[in-house]
Amino acid sequence: MSIDTTEPETPPDDAEAPSDERVAQLVHPRAIRWLHWINFPLLFIMIWSGLRIYWAEDVYALGIGSWQWFAFFPDAVYETLGLERRLARGMAFHFTFGWLFVINGTIYAIYLLATKEWRHILPDRHSAREAKDVVLHDLHLKDQAPPQGKYNAAQRISYTVALAMALVIVVSGFAIYKPTQLHPLPWLFGGYQGARLVHFWMTIGLLLFFLVHVIQVLRSGWGSFRSMVTGYVLQRRTPTPPEHEEVAS
Amino acid sequence: MTDDPTTERERELRAQLDAAPTIPIDDYRKRSRRSFLTGAAGLGAGYLGWRWLQDQPNVGGIPKPLRDTLEFNEDVWRTVSESRSAPEFSVSKATPIQVNGRIGIRNEIDLATWTVRVEGPGGDLLDELDISHFEALPQRDMVIEHKCIEGWSNITHWGGARFSDFHERYADQVGDVPYVSLETPDGLYYVGWDMPAIMHPQTMLALRLDDQPLDQDHGAPLRLATPNKYGIKCLKRIGVIRYARERPADYWAERSYDWYAGL
Repeated sequence: MSIDTTEPETPPDDAEAPSDERVAQLVHPRAIRWLHWINFPLLFIMIWSGLRIYWAEDVYALGIGSWQWFAFFPDAVYETLGLERRLARGMAFHFTFGWLFVINGTIYAIYLLATKEWRHILPDRHSAREAKDVVLHDLHLKDQAPPQGKYNAAQRISYTVALAMALVIVVSGFAIYKPTQLHPLPWLFGGYQGARLVHFWMTIGLLLFFLVHVIQVLRSGWGSFRSMVTGYVLQRRTPTPPEHEEVAS
Repeated sequence: MTDDPTTERERELRAQLDAAPTIPIDDYRKRSRRSFLTGAAGLGAGYLGWRWLQDQPNVGGIPKPLRDTLEFNEDVWRTVSESRSAPEFSVSKATPIQVNGRIGIRNEIDLATWTVRVEGPGGDLLDELDISHFEALPQRDMVIEHKCIEGWSNITHWGGARFSDFHERYADQVGDVPYVSLETPDGLYYVGWDMPAIMHPQTMLALRLDDQPLDQDHGAPLRLATPNKYGIKCLKRIGVIRYARERPADYWAERSYDWYAGL
């Protein structure tokens, strides 16, 4: 494993530079910031109420045949989260906050399309190769990070996957919610029980994304978190652009 | 390391970023402070909103705004479509169905003396019917996915009469009533239905399960069956069928569930 000595890491906000040599550059437009932070509690209300619904029939597990390696979820999880078995309350919250979650997501989708912001997020033909280099660089196995725009290639791929999972969660959720009235929507998932399965596993997927996302923000530092609050990253004045500012993770 | 983009790829990516506006550091400090204050205010507002919601008076066991939203959802979905039908399956797909709810059917009854009271919206007795009346209605079979509100579902083979065929006899008498209420003979379990849903061709007064007469655990001698509402609405051992002008009481809707419970 090589130690990263050749590349002086530019601190995300160039903290040591005198302030008159710095400018603030807008990386997260106001709409994105609002939508991002509104989504955060909504997503967790949906998962919290969804768990109460799942609990009424918690049949999913990882394993082969009748052998279960991990059953979702062990009692300890229920107790830790303080979730009494309250299916009806879970449903009431889920089908109330679901609208807000969908509205927030729809505005986000429209915003991405209207402002062409999606071009910063969707991977392009170089992203797979570059993402591999990002991972190697993060693991200190490669000295230099690949070039990036607002987001690096690994971010682009993981954000796109997370958005795709969110979309599948919403569509499968509607298929479970109104299988007859939205017929043939459940058919997309192989039926009603298929839609439930997809809805569950996509949620697990989104939780894994969230975990990695938080870890990466912590690794990336305060400047990254701050940029999602203020919209700006600090950097040196041109013509000496920073090597690669880690905007967010 | 180089500060100058050297490859086309780097130039392309950097160009995306360079297009973003920059502001002087002093302006930024003001904006940054404002953003954090806005964030803190938003956090506080969110917390207060969440507390407010929990503190609202309960209606049917859940805070009123949630109950209102369930009723709003009902309006939305009744507008979207209540006439669409669920898929039906071949008989070979049917599997035995578990017994889930026993409220209202805990004691055994004498099936030979069982009757259904049919009541009009004023509480007037329209009919008292025995099983032969339901056996005389046009019979049909229906293999559908019965869905429990807990999450499980089962492909189930029901046999019996459409509620709409049963209703024909009373259509002129009761006129345009919007609801129907059904109760077990002991009155311990009761469900409310809106008229369009109970008149749906897949809403069945079931007499048979897998070609056999219902056993008492499954609601003998007569129960409701449908793929279009959760099982909690499929009352077993029907004792009373009452037409209603007002939205009827519903056992589970009084216990935090959605009154509509439509799929």
